[in-house]
Amino acid sequence: MFKLEARPQPSRLMSLASPLLALLMTVLLGIVLFVLLGKDPARGLQMFFWEPIKSAYALSELALKATPLVLIALGLAVCFRSNVWNIGAEGQFVVGALAGGWVAMQADAQSVRGLIVPLILLAGVAGGMAWAAVTALLRDRFNANEILVSLMLVYVADLLLGWLVYGPWKDPNGYNFPQSITFLAVTKIPRLFDGWRVNIGVLIALGAVGAFWVLLFRTYAGFALQVGGLAPAAARYAGFSSRRALWMALLLSGGMAGLAGALEAAGPLGQLTPYVPAGYGFAAIIVAFVGRLHPLGIIFSGVLMSMFYIGGELAQSRLGLPKSITGVFQGLLLFTLLACDTLILYRLRWKK
Amino acid sequence: MTADMESYALLIAASMNAGTVLAIAALGLLINERAGIVNLGAEGMMLVAAIAGFATAVHTGSDVLGFLAGMVAGGLMAAAFGLLVIWLNTNQYAAGLALSLFGTGFSAFVGIGYTQEKLGPRPHFDLPFLADLPWVGGAFFRQHPIVYLAIALTAALAWFLYRSRPGLVLRAVGESPESAHALGYPVRRIRLAAVVAGGALCGLAGAYVSVIYTPLWVEGMIAGKGWIALALTTFATWRPARVLLGAYLFGFVTMLQFHLQGQGVQVASQFLSMLPYLATIVVLVLISSNASFIRANMPASLGKPFFPGS
Repeated sequence: MFKLEARPQPSRLMSLASPLLALLMTVLLGIVLFVLLGKDPARGLQMFFWEPIKSAYALSELALKATPLVLIALGLAVCFRSNVWNIGAEGQFVVGALAGGWVAMQADAQSVRGLIVPLILLAGVAGGMAWAAVTALLRDRFNANEILVSLMLVYVADLLLGWLVYGPWKDPNGYNFPQSITFLAVTKIPRLFDGWRVNIGVLIALGAVGAFWVLLFRTYAGFALQVGGLAPAAARYAGFSSRRALWMALLLSGGMAGLAGALEAAGPLGQLTPYVPAGYGFAAIIVAFVGRLHPLGIIFSGVLMSMFYIGGELAQSRLGLPKSITGVFQGLLLFTLLACDTLILYRLRWKK
Repeated sequence: MTADMESYALLIAASMNAGTVLAIAALGLLINERAGIVNLGAEGMMLVAAIAGFATAVHTGSDVLGFLAGMVAGGLMAAAFGLLVIWLNTNQYAAGLALSLFGTGFSAFVGIGYTQEKLGPRPHFDLPFLADLPWVGGAFFRQHPIVYLAIALTAALAWFLYRSRPGLVLRAVGESPESAHALGYPVRRIRLAAVVAGGALCGLAGAYVSVIYTPLWVEGMIAGKGWIALALTTFATWRPARVLLGAYLFGFVTMLQFHLQGQGVQVASQFLSMLPYLATIVVLVLISSNASFIRANMPASLGKPFFPGS
């Protein structure tokens, strides 16, 4: 039988190889799934790994979908590194979209793009932060488990969105559909190229990657956060405040999720509907882990997860498979990743 | 008897029914938490069990087979989770999350063909004589057998944990796996058994939702009940009887919205639907603010990996 044997120190190689191994296993399981469903596996893989990158336009769509994932995952990486389990990013995303959307709805003919767009994004950040602050406050003040509180707030945020688009924010000329007015053109997040949906959100995400890298690896605050996550006792001894870390991690990740929500609402969506929550907040958890909680890794895993989303949509339109196949692959990827991660700390030994 | 009284009887019956879902899932989670394992995958297991149970009930026409299918589905998923966290030492939070995310996607994927399906007429169960009693009959004695099973399960689990030797061993594994290991107990196998039992009960709860409680299949239909069940174990400070009472309380909060709407309360339905989620947060805040109280009741090794011979 195989036995696990602790390595003298964690393997750096395995830490990088594990996501690739997990991807390989997910692809193999995907092939099995396609065969079981009677679909040509080659066609299936083509939808996921070739179609999303085969043209400049396809790449622009890939970048568009990767943007919210990367933004949210950056914040979550800080959380998970400091051992704060914020899994309610989906709710913070929705509240960010609501706050940004509210600003966008206030725009009129006199609005200036250079002013309203930054306001929308700031409102999104503030909304996401406020939603995450509830979790931080209840954790800090009352010791309430942040996993459950942040998750419950996802349902509350979804219902809040539902109330607004079915009630006070419903478009009076919208044929009674549950949706807000279409935001004025002036509020649109500026696009990078004419005719393509990809917008400056991509640049913001890339800038955020750099900022988070600096924060995590070049600042004292980032260092203190991570010590708190790795060795709480050492952090206490060093005088790093765990409360500060909790608030910082939750506010940062809430703000990032809210920013992603505002970019989505005033970007590709252009109005608020019950379909604002698209699962990005949950998928970003996987993005963060697959990207090794490292800003540069998150770019790659964000693009990969974006391929899963686009591949799922293509599998639906071209192969007649349900779109939810994306969720299956996302879950499988995280599951196999966690299994492979064992090899970072342990090695397999054959034992009789 | 006034119509008002009658509506209260119905509210009690509905609360018990809704609470039963939470109770069965939370009792399952209690078993694996008593053995030291937190499984955040409850929501995912319940979703997969819900579609497995519903599909089986549709094809076989048997509710009982539906429940069994749900239990098998939940048990299998829990076993995969157990192998990861018990043998491969994976972080329990991350692995549980993976299970929930996978379950959400997988159930939506396999359930796509069942959204239009319907089950035959749902059975009615009236306890002889008792069901005909005025008021109490309607409140307590016209329930599905699983509702009574949940009560029996609570009693059985309380007996098992506090009055039987295997129960003592299970608790020992959750309090101090090192000591249990030193005494020669197979800690990891006991933990796996507890995790699988927990998954099977979550599965039963999930199948009950799709076969009896709201007999249909909709994507994401568990709607957070798995997460609420997780909160319930903390709320109940890991005691079976308190789990059951807490579950009924949450069942009541869930049903209150329909009762209030029936009474013509002028609040948007979305706010009433928030009640169970907000109640969970409030309860967590109330119970957790006394940190030493929680620590005194929590299984001492909850969430901590155990790796013999390292």
